[in-house]
Amino acid sequence: MPTIKLPAPLRSYTGGQTLIPVQGTTVAEAMLDLTRQYPTLKPHLYTGEGQLRSFVNLFLNDEDVRRLQGIDTLLQENDRLLLIPSIAGGRE
Amino acid sequence: MLPELSHEEILRYSRHLLIPEVGLEGQRKLKASSVLVIGTGGLGSPVALYLAAAGVGRIGLVDYDVVEYSNLQRQVIHGTSTLGVLKVESARKRMLDLNPGIQVQVFNEPFTSQNAMRIAKDYDLLVDGSDNFPTRYLSNDVCVLLGKPNVYGSIFRFEGQLSVFDARRGPCYRCLFPEPPPPGSVPTCAEGGVLGVLPGIIGTMQANEAIKLLLGIGEPLIGRLMLYDALEMSVEFVKLRKNPHCKICGPNPEITELIDYEAFCGVPGNDHVDGSQGGGWDITAGELADRLAKGEKIRLIDVREPHELEISRISGADLIPLGQLAGHLSELDSAEEMVVFCQAGMRSKRALDLLVSAGFRKVKNLKGGINAWVKEVDPSQPVY
Repeated sequence: MPTIKLPAPLRSYTGGQTLIPVQGTTVAEAMLDLTRQYPTLKPHLYTGEGQLRSFVNLFLNDEDVRRLQGIDTLLQENDRLLLIPSIAGGRE
Repeated sequence: MLPELSHEEILRYSRHLLIPEVGLEGQRKLKASSVLVIGTGGLGSPVALYLAAAGVGRIGLVDYDVVEYSNLQRQVIHGTSTLGVLKVESARKRMLDLNPGIQVQVFNEPFTSQNAMRIAKDYDLLVDGSDNFPTRYLSNDVCVLLGKPNVYGSIFRFEGQLSVFDARRGPCYRCLFPEPPPPGSVPTCAEGGVLGVLPGIIGTMQANEAIKLLLGIGEPLIGRLMLYDALEMSVEFVKLRKNPHCKICGPNPEITELIDYEAFCGVPGNDHVDGSQGGGWDITAGELADRLAKGEKIRLIDVREPHELEISRISGADLIPLGQLAGHLSELDSAEEMVVFCQAGMRSKRALDLLVSAGFRKVKNLKGGINAWVKEVDPSQPVY
């Protein structure tokens, strides 16, 4: 089963879980399965129209999926999707 | 012509001179070079200290804050003796103590579209140790427009990111992050916290990348993003590529001069945000205490994390951490008066937005959070 690795800012929505096993044969299906498992993540990853938000960076192994086939990129059994957040730092 | 080194300098830098990749010529290059450091906080502290120690001839510092007590857990260039002092002055003092042979130029002002080009143009490269999205996009755009490398570092809790953005040789920050996240969708270190050592590690690596670029040695982190997890003690690298549609470094750039970054990011870049919604959505600690004392029935909702209850609490409050609030809306009664609060007002502002968008109208945000409550109403508890 592929896994998605979540960054620290999103772990409060998964009860602290970092590596989430997901079902799906494409990036799009895997991401939808992630939000099925953790519905409160959804507004952080998708727009109201159901599009992945533009600041959500997904890397398959070490390659940006936008440089592959985007959300249609096929996933293998042991693939790992890495979600890379925009983090700015400490502003209060 | 590179500047000569004095006998004193040769002794000071002897450990550099022994390395063939640096040597006398490399050290003279460092003496002739200049770096602009944006921010003298957690990241900027080690950057400025190590660049000063390494003998970078001219170092510029941009910051407009003063040293505060809660900075000292990680901002190691400052000290108890410089509490309340301008950060750029505090940092300059420490850097010149470490190395009086360098020049430290200070800019005690926010880095903005109005001054950024003027400040940055005379430096070889820029190190981004800022703490907010508007300044990060500004730093990137300045570097792209001036054709300079931008040594990027960013941190949250136990995780750090590092890269070198140089649009002449690889992608820029906008290639990776074309747009900022909507305001409030990403927690900041002020809300989520940060391990004090983490900016030390990432900032020290930024200093290392800067020195490599100045010397022209090694493999700079161009076209790669390093992800560091201090808890797992893991380091990963992903490949970054130039975005052909990048609005500033692509072949048909839309952005050809600096823009309004606060408007672009929808958040202020410079002034501290107190999390205040304004209008009728705020309640002050004093007002809340008065109304509770009169016996008014107000449901208090603490949206902090459970471990924060050990620091301070308001009696009678229910704990619903912000991340779980969306799943608990059905347990709340929209007819009931509610006040949400957190540490300082940022998370509760988001809780308020969530509740209002879910149709709750009788809800208010405790201005300044529990820290304001502690200061004004219950000084027996600590501020944090």
